[in-house]
Amino acid sequence: MNGPHDLGGQMGFGPVAAEKDEPYFHAEWEKRALGLTLSCGAFGAWTIDESRHARENIPPADYLSASYYEIWIRALEVLLDRHGFTTAAEIDVGHKQMIAAVPKRILKADMVASVLARGGACDRPVEAAARFAVGEKVRTKNFNPETHTRLPRYARARIGVVEAVQGSFVFPDDNAHGKGENPQWVYTVVFDGREIWGVGADPSLTVSIDAWESYLEPL
Amino acid sequence: MHDDPDHHHHHDNRFSDMQARVKALETVLTEKGLIDPAAIDAIVEAYETQIGPRNGAHVVARAWSDPAFAEWLKSDATAAIASLGYTGRQGEHMRAVFNTHTTHNLVVCTLCSCYPWSVLGLPPVWYKAPAYRSRAVIDPRGVLAEFGLTLPAEKKIRVWDSTAELRYLVIPERPEGTEGLSEQQLAGLVSRDAMIGTAVASAPGAAA
Repeated sequence: MNGPHDLGGQMGFGPVAAEKDEPYFHAEWEKRALGLTLSCGAFGAWTIDESRHARENIPPADYLSASYYEIWIRALEVLLDRHGFTTAAEIDVGHKQMIAAVPKRILKADMVASVLARGGACDRPVEAAARFAVGEKVRTKNFNPETHTRLPRYARARIGVVEAVQGSFVFPDDNAHGKGENPQWVYTVVFDGREIWGVGADPSLTVSIDAWESYLEPL
Repeated sequence: MHDDPDHHHHHDNRFSDMQARVKALETVLTEKGLIDPAAIDAIVEAYETQIGPRNGAHVVARAWSDPAFAEWLKSDATAAIASLGYTGRQGEHMRAVFNTHTTHNLVVCTLCSCYPWSVLGLPPVWYKAPAYRSRAVIDPRGVLAEFGLTLPAEKKIRVWDSTAELRYLVIPERPEGTEGLSEQQLAGLVSRDAMIGTAVASAPGAAA
């Protein structure tokens, strides 16, 4: 979707505010927000793609004025409600009011180290051969779905070169919406800065994205 | 529509006090037996004490010290990094990109906050914020200047937008005058920002 998250090339946000000796957390609630997000992700009720889409769906004015942990919490409340675990009313009150859905698993303290060390690989085998080869010129598609996609707006309808075939991975555009993993080949596609930004672009700049096969057309 | 209390608009005051909102959420989930508050403590402790940029600096120092390891990093970064014990969440599919005399690499996630947690830990606030995400792909030299890094005009800049599940680690150039240093001393020259690409490795004697 063309949401507030798709920030590449937008202007007006001012300088990067790097903080010297930045702490890992700026408030106690940020620690809980991290842990809650990971603990609820362990339920197995939604995918990382669905959670990304929930964040993208935060209204633009909210998204752009929120800290990133606030973005996580706003999206987490939506996901918990959608999948029957909590309601906004319960969180407003601060106590349980209804029976929750049953998660596939509950993350206990003694599981944390192994869960973090294992992660969640999302490469999947596909039977078809990769359609594009290293060195091949491709054009990214021009589309504007209301649903989840990982093709940024700035990189749509641009000509680039396949630099690497990275393997086959879960296709987020489908997986975010419960349509299955439908893995596809993923390619690193590199663009000249002038192809993306046109007149005035830094001539020494190249930008790459990692693109699923269905984002690309042969030239 | 604007009278609907459930309608999320930008005057939504349910999120005006995040401390209270998150506390309420944790309480409800705990009452339902869905979460273990001690697991949250364990997650926080892991990212505060174990999973951070020292991991990545170890990888870089090894690559500088051991050409065979550097080649392994180029061909299969996930396995090479796993051999040092760094695996897992947001590091499942690693790629290492090497700065050279002619090219400087810079990593961003314009769409969210993708970042190689297994080797760098949790991303800093600026990495997740709109200013960096919007400008890194269109004005990287301007961004680098704000970090105090001015590259020669002839140096090429390659920006890697982490749009899929690959996570990128920049391997900075090894500073001159470091021939006699141990791996541990070399790691001390490698800052988090040098592995994102918003800095270069420090010269010996300067703080990383």
